[in-house]
Amino acid sequence: MSRRPVDTGDPDRLYTITGGRSEAPDDLDLVSLIVSECEPARGMQSEHVRILELCRRPAAVVEIAAELKLPVTVVRILVGDLLAMAKVTARHPRPASAAAALPESALLLEVLDGLRKL
Amino acid sequence: MDSVSFEPSTSSEPPARTPLSATAETGLKIVVVGGFGVGKTTLVRSVSEIRPLNTEEVMTEAGVGIDRTAGLADKSTTTVAFDFGRISLSERTVLYLFGAPGQERFWFLWDRLFVGTLGAVVLVDTRRMSDCWYAIDRLEHHRTPFVVAVNRFEHDSNAFSLSEIRQALALPEHVPLIDCDARVRSSGKNVLITLVDHLYELAMAREMTP
Ligand SMILES: Nc1nc2c(ncn2[C@@H]2O[C@H](COP(=O)(O)OP(=O)(O)O)[C@@H](O)[C@H]2O)c(=O)[nH]1
Ligand SMILES: [Mg+2]
Repeated sequence: MSRRPVDTGDPDRLYTITGGRSEAPDDLDLVSLIVSECEPARGMQSEHVRILELCRRPAAVVEIAAELKLPVTVVRILVGDLLAMAKVTARHPRPASAAAALPESALLLEVLDGLRKL
Repeated sequence: MDSVSFEPSTSSEPPARTPLSATAETGLKIVVVGGFGVGKTTLVRSVSEIRPLNTEEVMTEAGVGIDRTAGLADKSTTTVAFDFGRISLSERTVLYLFGAPGQERFWFLWDRLFVGTLGAVVLVDTRRMSDCWYAIDRLEHHRTPFVVAVNRFEHDSNAFSLSEIRQALALPEHVPLIDCDARVRSSGKNVLITLVDHLYELAMAREMTP
């Protein structure tokens, strides 16, 4: 319980993992669901490999962060790399266009329905 | 580390890594906020299909994310830890429940982490009621709809009534206020349903206004 959940101890470590980049795709939400579109290939960065393995089934950005024990920001950058290379796809939460098609109340009814079945 | 373990489970705790359905396409967020030890993780655990997982986000004064010049271990770096659980509502929809600390530095990251959240649960311990004032203030500021749930610990000798608590928190009539036991699944479920019912009413009112 007292253990720090994520090791951010070495400031250079995260910098190295992200190759010094600090930009992540804006639309990558904490609960965007990431899905692998290919298997890891030889020579890939180990974090990319782990993400591709993890996302054989959909996984939220925050689940990847917890699994890799890396800050959310770092994971967003890494997932951004894989998106740019078309190695993963992202299912974004409630995009603006769909929000118009699906009234908020309908979505909430769906949530209520799911919760009542718990 | 990632390989499947075939050891028999000795506890009733759900495994940490249960993959989502391949058809999952929409992630939703609900945030549970409150002071340290109020029962946030307990509430998340009681309703989640996975064991709560910890994660962390960092932010430097220079801006969100990582900044080389500021350095990640620098004093100007804000680090916030939070945990989360998950409820698959249907084949398509997954609800993520976040347990988040209510203290000041956390709200720095609110817009970054919890933008688009459906709503929030403010968890209250009547022995430390003032712990949640700040959270309520911030949620109102962010215009995030919320309900307040009083986690009744059994040594709660104060035993304030809900109306006394409403008064102490200066909580407007329209904000739902309920009792709960964060350890009990049906009680946690009731808290979530109370929140989503409230959100539904707000949505209906909004949709009916041209
Ligand atoms: N007796 C009792 N203990 C509780 C209750 N809710 C939480 N706890 C305990 O209080 C402690 C703090 O709870 P936790 O969920 O970790 O708090 P958090 O810091 O808000 O995440 C843990 O030891 C829980 O087991 C409750 O309703 N009754
Ligand atoms: Mg906790």
